[in-house]
Amino acid sequence: MNTRDQVPGDPAAPLPELPGHSSRGRLERVLRRGEFAVTAELNPPDSADPQEVYDRAEIFEGWVDGINATDGSGANCHMSSVGICALLTRMGYAPIMQIACRDRNRIAIQGDVLGAAAMGVANMLCLTGDGVQAGDQPGAKPVFDFDCMSLLETIRTMRDEHRLLSDRKLSTPPAVFLGAAINPFAPPYDFRPLRLAKKIAAGAQFVQSQYCYDVPMLRQYMERVRDLGLHEQCFILVGVGPLASPKAARWIRSNVPGVHIPDSVIARLEGAEDPKREGKQLCIDIIGQVQDIEGVAGIHVMAYRQEELVADIVHESGVLRGRKPWKKEPRPDDAIVVERLEDILTEAGESAGTSPRTSKGSKEPA
Amino acid sequence: MSSAATDSNSAYKPADVSPQRRSRSRYTLRLWAVRHARFLERVYGRLADVFLKLHPLWQAVGYRRAERPVKAVEKVVKGFLFDCRMCGQCILSSTGMSCPMNCPKQLRNGPCGGVRANGNCEVEPDMPCVWVQAWQGSRQMVGGDAINVVQKPVDQSLRETSAWLRVTAQAAAERAAMTDRGP
Repeated sequence: MNTRDQVPGDPAAPLPELPGHSSRGRLERVLRRGEFAVTAELNPPDSADPQEVYDRAEIFEGWVDGINATDGSGANCHMSSVGICALLTRMGYAPIMQIACRDRNRIAIQGDVLGAAAMGVANMLCLTGDGVQAGDQPGAKPVFDFDCMSLLETIRTMRDEHRLLSDRKLSTPPAVFLGAAINPFAPPYDFRPLRLAKKIAAGAQFVQSQYCYDVPMLRQYMERVRDLGLHEQCFILVGVGPLASPKAARWIRSNVPGVHIPDSVIARLEGAEDPKREGKQLCIDIIGQVQDIEGVAGIHVMAYRQEELVADIVHESGVLRGRKPWKKEPRPDDAIVVERLEDILTEAGESAGTSPRTSKGSKEPA
Repeated sequence: MSSAATDSNSAYKPADVSPQRRSRSRYTLRLWAVRHARFLERVYGRLADVFLKLHPLWQAVGYRRAERPVKAVEKVVKGFLFDCRMCGQCILSSTGMSCPMNCPKQLRNGPCGGVRANGNCEVEPDMPCVWVQAWQGSRQMVGGDAINVVQKPVDQSLRETSAWLRVTAQAAAERAAMTDRGP
């Protein structure tokens, strides 16, 4: 078996189709093999430079099975999730494209789904989206033409029945693994598991949860989920993340919609000598408890502005159990290209009497 | 799911105005409707029967001509009881008699993940979450489990039309089909 989940010689190529799989992506393979999956969230740049996306993805390499590209999270404008995903697939990463219903109507979203799938995006996460009041442009028009449920159902119809919402035929359907979000930590608590059932009915194959800082609450939720048999119909990834300081924790609690942080967590951070380190340790501890809950298929690490900690957190928590997720490997012919390039550069340098780098510099006005 | 903050020091912002231009700050009647969801379910059942019995009348007048007066009445009644937004495809029976179009995100399939710990709305902190209410209302109703059925996206072209008449016309058509297939 090809455990590296890569087409030899071409990391950007879609993987061979497998029976029972909806997508040709890596994340679905990892989950269906029964391995404990790890995904992480990429902080989208406020920039039009592709390199910034590559740099932000590179720090996750070898530690995660999927990278979430957020769609204007918190209603703040950043590079679009379609754009980020298109860049990531070029490099062979496995992006999870988040689609929020806040900014685009059904016509735009279905078009984006086709475009993204054509660019090799294999995973899509359907979200309602935060309200515009939470972001940097509260005067924006909230669209919410779909809700996450009708969005799921629409993409599933496109994929499985090869048609748009209007019934118009698709010549090639988008082969995507469909995801949704869950928040077990917000009321009405007893409706939340039924809402997951509803999302599964609408097409969700995997779900990622909101930040989990309250493991007993998650246990309660999962108990109900198991009673309903939902963990067998859907892969559940629990959201985790390091808190940078007690101040940050308090800020998140009162300003980020839907995040529940118990007082005990804040007290633990306050009592610590090095709160940042304690925040990381707390995250690792939570992962340790969460991974043993029956029905949990993986974790989703959201280390906003602390992305450099993700590798450490995944490593120290030991959730990969020795497994090594996909990592970009230099292609065999890359070495030849590099060698040849160096030869050319030295030759050019010798003929100009100076190295090419400095000669370029000398052309600039002093 | 993560977010960053921006402090806007706007000079003057009128209170209780949301992006949806909602200025209501009291929800007394809406909450009463949810508390009496079972009663209203029964009332609506009767009303639907009466409307169906009147089918010959609607047909004689013409559903199109009946549309305007019926819609006017429907708008006032449902506006008073539920703060109805006249989406034209009423699903109050599936949402515990709490109108989902009052949700700032107009969700038709359940609460978003932003519901506050006190059960209020993420967008409008003073408003009880429409879907927390819907869940409570549905628990009292006989057909409350309809809340678990996935709803289609709103057809925007049906806005400002009468849901009562449409449901009646559909029920009449179904009844006709049933009797056609019958003995």
